[in-house]
Amino acid sequence: MALLELRDLIKRYPSPEGGTNVVLDVPELSIGDGEHVALEGASGSGKTTLLHIVAGILTPDSGSVSLAGHELSSLSESKVDRVRAEHIGYVFQTFNLLQGYTALENVLLGMAFGDGQDTRRAQDLLDRVGIADKANHLPGQLSVGQQQRVAIARAVANRPSLLLADEPTGNLDADMAQQALTLLREACEEVGAAILLVSHDPAVLGAFDERRSLADINRAARVGGVS
Amino acid sequence: MRTVSMIARKSLARHKLSTSVTAGSLALACGLVIGVFSIQEQSYQAFTTGAPGFDAVLGARGSQLQLVMNSVLHLDTSPGNIPYTAYTDMRDDPRVKLAVPYAVGDNFEGYRVVGTTPELLTEFELSDGVGYQIMQGGRVFSDLKMEAVVGSQVARKTGLRVGSHLHFEHGVEEEMGHDHDDEYIVVGILEPTNTPADKVSWVPLEGMYRLDGHVLRGGGQIYTPKPDEDIPDEVKEVSAVMLAFKSPQAGFQFSQQVNGGKEMTLAWPIARAMAQLFDKIGWAHKVLSLVAYLVCVVGAASILASLYNAMNERRREFAILRALGARRSTVFGAILTESTAIAALGGLFGILVYFIVFTIAAEVIRAEAGIVLDIWQTHPSMWMAPLGVTVLGALAGIVPAMKAYRTDVATHLVAHS
Repeated sequence: MALLELRDLIKRYPSPEGGTNVVLDVPELSIGDGEHVALEGASGSGKTTLLHIVAGILTPDSGSVSLAGHELSSLSESKVDRVRAEHIGYVFQTFNLLQGYTALENVLLGMAFGDGQDTRRAQDLLDRVGIADKANHLPGQLSVGQQQRVAIARAVANRPSLLLADEPTGNLDADMAQQALTLLREACEEVGAAILLVSHDPAVLGAFDERRSLADINRAARVGGVS
Repeated sequence: MRTVSMIARKSLARHKLSTSVTAGSLALACGLVIGVFSIQEQSYQAFTTGAPGFDAVLGARGSQLQLVMNSVLHLDTSPGNIPYTAYTDMRDDPRVKLAVPYAVGDNFEGYRVVGTTPELLTEFELSDGVGYQIMQGGRVFSDLKMEAVVGSQVARKTGLRVGSHLHFEHGVEEEMGHDHDDEYIVVGILEPTNTPADKVSWVPLEGMYRLDGHVLRGGGQIYTPKPDEDIPDEVKEVSAVMLAFKSPQAGFQFSQQVNGGKEMTLAWPIARAMAQLFDKIGWAHKVLSLVAYLVCVVGAASILASLYNAMNERRREFAILRALGARRSTVFGAILTESTAIAALGGLFGILVYFIVFTIAAEVIRAEAGIVLDIWQTHPSMWMAPLGVTVLGALAGIVPAMKAYRTDVATHLVAHS
């Protein structure tokens, strides 16, 4: 059984005209354990919506999402939160570090809602991404590259089954982007996490053996129904 | 729980100013509530048991409360004089254990001077077996000499010592009249009693009669005492007679007898008259309580407002936390913990505010009424008010917590693409 299985997924958003637009229409998508998959998608192709649905942050209008044996649509919201806390790691384009928290605390929060906070492991993770000496720095005191490293450390802090990455290098220059990608993949390999990355950057996509086009997966994108 | 407290702690640290102001306003409210109830309780106890040893006061026809205020608390003006024979009649009555006359009308630097008999200092008991104590090196005044025994507060504030010479001023308050030429000498200073007696100078009754400028009207005509001539009892007057009875029945009998007439008033029991005072000023307590409660509500409302206003800027934070796996209840709990922590801080510092309020109020009451309040005496409000404020703060956190609870993750995390 695949780690992630999406079937007949439909997601609509209200349109400005008062109707609805279909943003996602995914007949099928599956990712196996430890698999690294890159989805190519242009801006507005429903990338973020897809990742949010996989993470249980958004609910599809129809279809099913099965993650690590859990059918999300059949679970209560708090159980979905639990599945997310235990199985999902998330790296955002804008990093989404919590501003009032140090690098170490950000990583601690990455594991807080799963197995609980483990300061030693959080410090090891920061060491692993090369910023152990910045553990007590606030995000505002870190460079963009350092912030992304914290975000990666936080994303794998809960030893996720699946790491979702939404344009994870969008704010980095080419060199830093490659470093971040390497780090991301290494970190996921260490914890055995699969990766579902979405990007429009060919350089990023080129780093993945398994590449798919979101336009192939999402029928809504093909027919131009995305808002 | 660790994570919830971490989120709350971080927010409190990030919003130091609003946290401090809000907790400060609650501390003020909490301190006021404790102060109002504690001071009222202690004042009531002190005033209504302020004349231990005496059961009643006999004085001129008029208000019992004014009589008690004048003779027990040494406040207010005397309602008038009564014949000296009223004192001797009481003194000689077998139902009376002790009768002590008071004559008021002079002051020393604003502190009241009371003419009395040595029995007040030798036989009167403040509590069982314990009377006024004169500090080492002092003694009771002689009945017929210009000698004074001064209360501890008078000595402390005016610097009087044994051997000090002083002139009294006419009138019960300073600046009311002229200084008497006659010179008194301090022969004793009383140990503190924490009663209104601490702010009184005691002199012989006979000496009061013979002060220059004093006249007696007890015989219906003006009589000016002459040196080396006994003053007839029938011309003497006293302001009040302090009475201790041998039995409660005697008090009842005297009350019926005296108050049934038209010449004098017997305030018996003294505590009841004092309780009337508190009945009269009960509205002030209610107003103060109301103000304190309102400040509490305002403090709680300020928690609500400051947290609620911060919700907009914190929605992204909550969305990130939710994306990391935090449940709605975790976010809700963090805001509730935050509001409760602010209120608990307020309650804690409220006790400190209470001590400050109490110290100031107690000093004023001590200076004005001679009553000493005990700052360490516990009162249920000392735990009920901080607890109440904390609960109020927790309740005030519900509305912003609900707003945080309802935060839409996808909307506030990042716009969908």
